[in-house]
Amino acid sequence: MTKIKTLADLERIKNELRSELDLESGLLNSENAVKIKVGMGTSGIASGAKDVMDFLIEALEKRNIEAIVSQTGDMGYSYAEPTIEVQKPGKDPVVFGDVDIKKADLIIEKYIKLGEELQGVIPVNYQTIDN
Amino acid sequence: MITNLGGFKMSQHKQIRIALNNCGVIDPENIKEYIARDGYVALGKCLTEMKPQDVINEIKESGLRGRGGGGFPTGLKWEIASKNHADQKYVVCNADEGDPGAFMDRSILEGDPHAVLEAMAICGYSMGATKGLVYIRAEYPLAIKRLKVAIEQAREYGLLGKKLFETDFDFDIELRYGAGAFVCGEETSLIHSMEGLRGEPTIKPPYPAEKGYLGKPTNVNNVETYANIPIILRKGASWFNKIGTEKSKGTKVFALAGKVKNVGLVEVPMGTTLREVIYEIGGGIENDKKFKAVQTGGPSGGCLTEKHLDTPIDFDNLLAAGSMMGSGGMIVMDEDNCMVSVAKFYLDFTVEESCGKCSPCRIGNKRLYELLDRITQGKGELSDLQRLRNMSLVIKDTSLCGLGQTSPNPVLSTLDNFYDEYLAHVTDKKCPSGECKDLMTYFVIEENCVGCTACARVCPVGAITGEKKEVHYINPEICIKCGACEERCKFDAIIVK
Amino acid sequence: MNKVKLTIDDKQIEVEKGTTIYKAAKQLEIEIPVLCYMNLEGLNIENKPGGCRICVVEVEGRNNLAPSCSTEVWDGMVVHTHTMRVINARRTVMEFILSDHPKDCLTCAKSGNCDLQNMAVKLGIREIPGQEYAEMSKYKTDFSPSIIRELDKCIMCRRCEMMCNDFQTVGALSAFHRGFQAAVGPAFEMDIEDSPCTYCGQCVAVCPTGALTEKDHTRDVINALSDPTKKVIVQTAPAVRAALGEEFGMEPGTLVTGKMVSALRRLGFDYVFDTDFAADLTIMEEGTELLDRLTKFLAGDKKVKLPILTSCCPAWVSFFEHNFPEMKDIPSTARSPQQMFGAIAKTYFADKISTKREDLVVVSIMPCLAKKYEAQRDEFKVNGNPDVDFSISTRELAHLIKEANLDLNKLPDEDFDKPLGESSGAAVIFGTTGGVIEAAVRTAYELHTGIKLDKLDFEQLRGFEAIRKATVDFDGTPINIGIAHGLGNARKLLEEIKAGKSEFHAIEIMSCPGGCIGGGGQPTHHGDSSILKARAKAIYAEDAGKPIRKSHENPYIIKLYEEFLGKPMSEKAHHLLHTCYFDKSRKIEID
Ligand SMILES: Cc1cc2nc3c(=O)[nH]c(=O)nc-3n(C[C@H](O)[C@H](O)[C@H](O)COP(=O)(O)O)c2cc1C
Ligand code: SF4
Ligand code: SF4
Ligand code: SF4
Ligand code: SF4
Ligand code: SF4
Ligand code: FES
Repeated sequence: MTKIKTLADLERIKNELRSELDLESGLLNSENAVKIKVGMGTSGIASGAKDVMDFLIEALEKRNIEAIVSQTGDMGYSYAEPTIEVQKPGKDPVVFGDVDIKKADLIIEKYIKLGEELQGVIPVNYQTIDN
Repeated sequence: MITNLGGFKMSQHKQIRIALNNCGVIDPENIKEYIARDGYVALGKCLTEMKPQDVINEIKESGLRGRGGGGFPTGLKWEIASKNHADQKYVVCNADEGDPGAFMDRSILEGDPHAVLEAMAICGYSMGATKGLVYIRAEYPLAIKRLKVAIEQAREYGLLGKKLFETDFDFDIELRYGAGAFVCGEETSLIHSMEGLRGEPTIKPPYPAEKGYLGKPTNVNNVETYANIPIILRKGASWFNKIGTEKSKGTKVFALAGKVKNVGLVEVPMGTTLREVIYEIGGGIENDKKFKAVQTGGPSGGCLTEKHLDTPIDFDNLLAAGSMMGSGGMIVMDEDNCMVSVAKFYLDFTVEESCGKCSPCRIGNKRLYELLDRITQGKGELSDLQRLRNMSLVIKDTSLCGLGQTSPNPVLSTLDNFYDEYLAHVTDKKCPSGECKDLMTYFVIEENCVGCTACARVCPVGAITGEKKEVHYINPEICIKCGACEERCKFDAIIVK
Repeated sequence: MNKVKLTIDDKQIEVEKGTTIYKAAKQLEIEIPVLCYMNLEGLNIENKPGGCRICVVEVEGRNNLAPSCSTEVWDGMVVHTHTMRVINARRTVMEFILSDHPKDCLTCAKSGNCDLQNMAVKLGIREIPGQEYAEMSKYKTDFSPSIIRELDKCIMCRRCEMMCNDFQTVGALSAFHRGFQAAVGPAFEMDIEDSPCTYCGQCVAVCPTGALTEKDHTRDVINALSDPTKKVIVQTAPAVRAALGEEFGMEPGTLVTGKMVSALRRLGFDYVFDTDFAADLTIMEEGTELLDRLTKFLAGDKKVKLPILTSCCPAWVSFFEHNFPEMKDIPSTARSPQQMFGAIAKTYFADKISTKREDLVVVSIMPCLAKKYEAQRDEFKVNGNPDVDFSISTRELAHLIKEANLDLNKLPDEDFDKPLGESSGAAVIFGTTGGVIEAAVRTAYELHTGIKLDKLDFEQLRGFEAIRKATVDFDGTPINIGIAHGLGNARKLLEEIKAGKSEFHAIEIMSCPGGCIGGGGQPTHHGDSSILKARAKAIYAEDAGKPIRKSHENPYIIKLYEEFLGKPMSEKAHHLLHTCYFDKSRKIEID
């Protein structure tokens, strides 16, 4: 591991991450993959996020869908745990709440595969500070 | 076709995420994802381009105030610590988070641990400290795990350790575990606990900035406070201080809970009103009941009412309204909540959590609790209300630390805002919201009763009498208020009042 | 020094920076009530946890009230000590404290001397609102040979903790439990008997309430005195006579030796003797041991260990048995005067009056609580019969005298009985820090050099400093002497010895502040160290007035050796007057 010594080193890591992600997922270009983040804070895990994550990884693989599933922290929607964020290539991310395995299955089948609009996604209710 | 996956109401963009910027966005166990979001740029910038005093000035200018409850200006705190010279100084992160219901600090540590580490290193640089300690409650295993991973990764990348960014600045961080006592979140108590002593507060001065951990100058900040630091330094104080009110800059994370539809973590700019948080972000009251009160500031905050709903939230306004910011607990109550019971609930917590060092808190809070308990049992007298107030004021006035100095707030604010409810308990021996079991009576409504005897048969103590096909009667002396009869009656002939 | 100007109750004053409001007010003769605060000035013993909150005052510009005992003044500070807000707060806090306190004054050992009771009187508490339904914190009472802990009466002032941890460094006491159930005691709520407690009694000496008291033996003494088949002998320790008068309204430092003797006689003791006699005996034995070791050491004997440490304080003995067991062969093997007296009384004297040891009861009057424990150590029993049957404190004696309706002020001065009542001035000064070693020097010098001392007062060995060092010239041989009072100070000297860095040939150690005059069984000083100093002065005055001032010149001691013991360190002396020590360090382990 090379140590970070300058601000430029940080910039390099930033770019590295992108190619590494590609490598890890075994895909040519991560831009084409569906990106799924599972809210895995304490309360997410307590309400079953781990099972959902395991299911997603397995199911997506079985169903031959190019996807990167990763854990993330608490998204803030305690009333709707577990929550997952799904970003299809070229689209805005969408957050689903109260996701159990059944619902995760529906999300794969309806939203990811067929691109059907789903009612009841959690709307983004905050501004980010980037830009 | 639109498949319905459950209804989540649209809420508006009242939130701005600064402290929660990366929470729920990055993988907290991968330092590169943090770096990809400009992580550690602020530390690099500080070390290579700024003098310690420049950093302090920037934080001072940002107007950032401590998020752990006190609201003390963070830049000023760093400056004081930087001016106290010693061979060794310490940077401490207070992750004790003892308020029941609060979990913003846990969420930040679980979701964005590097932000806190980066901030602590920046703080260390500004005050001349090379050691950082995170005091975290042992009941937070996931946060501990992620912190450990983050510290390991930061060390691997040379972002913690010796000669950071090829400067002469060394900084490293260790974890210290707390047993989860609320009072150990108080900074002097926290320091004693880290030193292996009994976790109880001592009188300030001396402040930690003069004599802290092992007697050395120590800066103690809250997790959320730290989480703001890298962004402030990246985007500039003048960006940050445009958000918020005149005296409270930036945002505040609240753990919204209670009788509100969308419970969860919210981060709003200072100056947002309680109404906006409860109705627009929180989606209003559950089951469309009537709003009654909102408790802010954790166990030692006050209960605010309808008339405070349009108050812009900031440190000073909440204080002026008889409550406080605290660490950001926000519990909403509806018409079914009895305010005497609410006060009793909080006192129960303080009595449990008092360290026992000073007499007003150790004994006074117990006496407050006992009196509230009697009132909810219908044993209170009018003169007790005066006693409640006097005891509360004296406990506030004489207690040693912040716990006792604020523990009577729930009593005082409910006395101020819901005096009629107290009166109903002590004079009419009634609980208007029907929460106090001892003050309820089960009645038979004569018009509805058909004399089916179902209630009499189900009553476990034989309190109900009446002939078949005739109106029944519940003897209040015998009734134990189990509610079985009410449930059984098919004719809505039994009510509770 | 930086000066700070402030105003208290409309009076201006300038004080040093760092002064507390309480101390500044005191300079203005404004008395602010304090309860947990205690300051033994000049002894470096201060307790200010800021816990009771009785001492609160109003400070302009401050939101809440300030604890005056622990709040430092600042320039321009304006303080009001007795506004209605303050008075209301003080009274309410006092009501809180009393609402969790048993109303046991009728049978409480502290009654009449209790800081809490006095404060209730001062604040005019007549009723405790809500008492009918107030829950009280409950603890089991803990009995030990010396100390009884009744934590129901603990007000969490933490004085005992400070004494035990900071001053004595014994660490037997600390706060346990939280909130309403908080109290102070040994770790894991052990009984005091299973803890490393030394029974020095300093916790008892400072406890403002009846939470910590001595194990009372006055009942046993009355029983013995009323039993016609028993001969009851009493011995009185040197420090008692310098403090007993305080219990009868006399000025601290009033010597009441003669009145005490006549009171004891009137109480019905068959023989009124003096522990001082045994103190002279101690010097003979300990002084000889010192000389013996010293001579060998100076002759180059590598097996000889120096410094020699005194062993007449039983709390100190417990302390090294618990904390420095590896050094248990360094202290002198001489028993304490109390135990030497008991051993001689139940052999030599029993023979003289032709009484069986079983029919003799030896009672000792001690400034000390550790002596209660010492009296029942197995080493000091013969077939289960202890050399000293009951050890009672100065306070207990005062109770007995009052109970018998004797007014100490009006009693005539009487003399001790012979032979065990005769003593030298050297024995009297055992009662204060530095006294034992001064007494030893007087004898050892003359025995070693064969030269008569012309000046008996060794000023360099006297005083109240924590650790004192002096070199006495033994006719060409410089002898380095160390003195420590308080076990924390003793620990420092022991660590030096352990590290091989000690410069001393002989060291005196006493556990209590000021020595036995500040013992755990003395009348309560209520935090006033001038009382201790007055007692010390009285002790030196008694010494100065004695016709015999060197132990080896006490004619009854000479006679005792001639008739009974042979010479110091003889086999008989060894058997009766010396002891051995045990490793007690494992005792703190709990299962
Ligand atoms: C009873 C009590 C409990 C406290 N608990 C916490 C806590 O859990 N977390 C915290 O950050 N601050 C807590 N505080 C506040 C701290 O004493 C301290 O003010 C804070 O950590 C300073 O950080 P800040 O300036 O960043 O807010 C508590 C204070 C009191 C009186
Ligand atoms: S106010 Fe309560 S928690 Fe704080 S020191 Fe006093 S007893 Fe302890
Ligand atoms: S400790 Fe004091 S107040 Fe308490 S019972 Fe004893 S004498 Fe009375
Ligand atoms: S008697 Fe001495 S050693 Fe024992 S607890 Fe009290 S102060 Fe500590
Ligand atoms: S036992 Fe006595 S000295 Fe110790 S804290 Fe309690 S009241 Fe104070
Ligand atoms: S110094 Fe005296 S009173 Fe104190 S414990 Fe030792 S012998 Fe007893
Ligand atoms: S005397 Fe000041 S707090 Fe007790």
